[in-house]
Amino acid sequence: MPASASDPYDLAVIGAGCAGLAGAVAAAGHGLSVALLDASPQTGGQFYRHPAPALGAARPEALHHDWPAFAALRRRLERSDVRQLSGHHVWAVTKEDGDLWAVHAATGADGADERPVRVRARAVLLATGAYERQLPFPGWTLPGVVGAGGAQAMLKSGLVLPGRRIVVAGSGPLLLAVASSLAAAGAQVPAVIEASGYQGYARHPRVLAANPRKLAEAAVHGAALLRHRVRLRTRSAVTEVHGTDRVSAVTVTRLDRDWRPVRGTGRRIACDALAVGHGLVPQIELATALGCATRTTADGTLALALDGLQETSVRGLWAAGETGGVGGAELARAEGELAGLAAAVRLHGHPVHGGRVRELRRRRDRMRAFAEAMAVSHAPAAGWTGWLTDDTDVCRCEEVTAGRIREAVTDLGARDAHTVKLLTRAGMGWCQGRMCGTAAACLAAGGGAAEPPAERRPFAVPVPLSALASPDEPTGSRPDAAPPVDD
Amino acid sequence: MARTPAELAGAHPGASFEITMDGRPVPALPGQSVAAALWSAGILAWRTTRTTGRPRGAFCGIGQCYDCLATINGEPNRRACLVPARPGDVITTQEGHGHARIGV
Repeated sequence: MPASASDPYDLAVIGAGCAGLAGAVAAAGHGLSVALLDASPQTGGQFYRHPAPALGAARPEALHHDWPAFAALRRRLERSDVRQLSGHHVWAVTKEDGDLWAVHAATGADGADERPVRVRARAVLLATGAYERQLPFPGWTLPGVVGAGGAQAMLKSGLVLPGRRIVVAGSGPLLLAVASSLAAAGAQVPAVIEASGYQGYARHPRVLAANPRKLAEAAVHGAALLRHRVRLRTRSAVTEVHGTDRVSAVTVTRLDRDWRPVRGTGRRIACDALAVGHGLVPQIELATALGCATRTTADGTLALALDGLQETSVRGLWAAGETGGVGGAELARAEGELAGLAAAVRLHGHPVHGGRVRELRRRRDRMRAFAEAMAVSHAPAAGWTGWLTDDTDVCRCEEVTAGRIREAVTDLGARDAHTVKLLTRAGMGWCQGRMCGTAAACLAAGGGAAEPPAERRPFAVPVPLSALASPDEPTGSRPDAAPPVDD
Repeated sequence: MARTPAELAGAHPGASFEITMDGRPVPALPGQSVAAALWSAGILAWRTTRTTGRPRGAFCGIGQCYDCLATINGEPNRRACLVPARPGDVITTQEGHGHARIGV
């Protein structure tokens, strides 16, 4: 804890998932005063999202993989001096005079009792995770079509399912985890439809051999799918959703190697919900707003470019977990700890135990290599646009169809997602292009290599105008309700 | 083998309470979001879109997509997947941008 209410924290950690928790406890363990901000009322992030205490879940671990790792982090957090600021929606990070960072947040559950809070800190660790990448297809706006991660999030936090018979589709390893948890929770899952194959992994034998825990995880999900009689169909995609008010069936079509649907191979599967997703997108707008350098990942998303100790290109701003490229919970924990230690070294001006840093870097490099192999194996290939019809909505918020985007490209000369947005409003609605950005960029590229859409948004979450109207109001470097300092 | 998510998680929630969706009573459990309560009642749509008036409900489940916007206790544009359900909450289908009825 800072010595007085006007003192800044040493480190502000944004995001209380695997990376943020590991970073916060590591930094606090080395003597830094730490504030940990998260939008959710609970720690755990998306991966360890769990029911609110009032739901009285005696076995939350049944919904999760590797729960003990989270339980251990949570215990360490409870024993630490880390100041937990839950229910804080961070909308911007800025630099203040005197080399301090200001983290701007709004408290309250989306519109109720919002109050602006400004947390000042000497360094920032960004651990904001990722959200799901979506590729559109005819019928994907029909009620009953939900994100694969979305279905899992609603299951983990609210103990609910979107239907009784749920097809899981898209690409990436998350689909297996989603299908096995939906089935374990009582849903019938007739099939998992994966657009890629799994042969891609075989091209990286050394990476696989170095990551036995990942193979064991895959085996656990595979066994669960067998047990629940879930069929896995690779090189296939849902190319149409049927139903009037809600999903009643989907058509699954074979894909060629370029993800182009193969004519005449469509088969109908009856279901009342479809859980769909095509990998994850790092959530990095707080960093890009500060000018942090980015890199394009192996599956075509934008992630932060980080140095060997997790620092961004902006001094004093670290990042860990999915913000540096999607790689999973175990990697996020290693990177979070590494970033927390690096921040402690910088602020204290003397090194921490070098052996631990070396070990963490070794583990990180090994798991990053696996993440890279995984990303290559499931990266969307350009032919997916072949399953769009002209009247398929691409932008869900502004209801912009594929036909209108194609017109912007072929008739009006748009060559990138930004120009498509200006001409059609795709990506200009509530979600600010989070759902349609990838698709709009692919369509703009017209079959060529798509530039990942720039993750530049002035506000990371909606902000009440009152918060903007008085940005310099002394909202407190520490929240009003901070407990008395005992040191 | 578990037949429901609550069985899987060994949940023993507090007593359920009532909210309404367009006047229809819907049970909710303490700790559930508005979207979760509606899903458990088999309701998947509680908004119509601004341009074509098509039905929408929760999609991303984590507050990113804004498809789940609902009018909650008269206040439009609230993300139902983030807002905890409270006893007596009145949920109404949000039409378009949600401001037509309140004259803004």
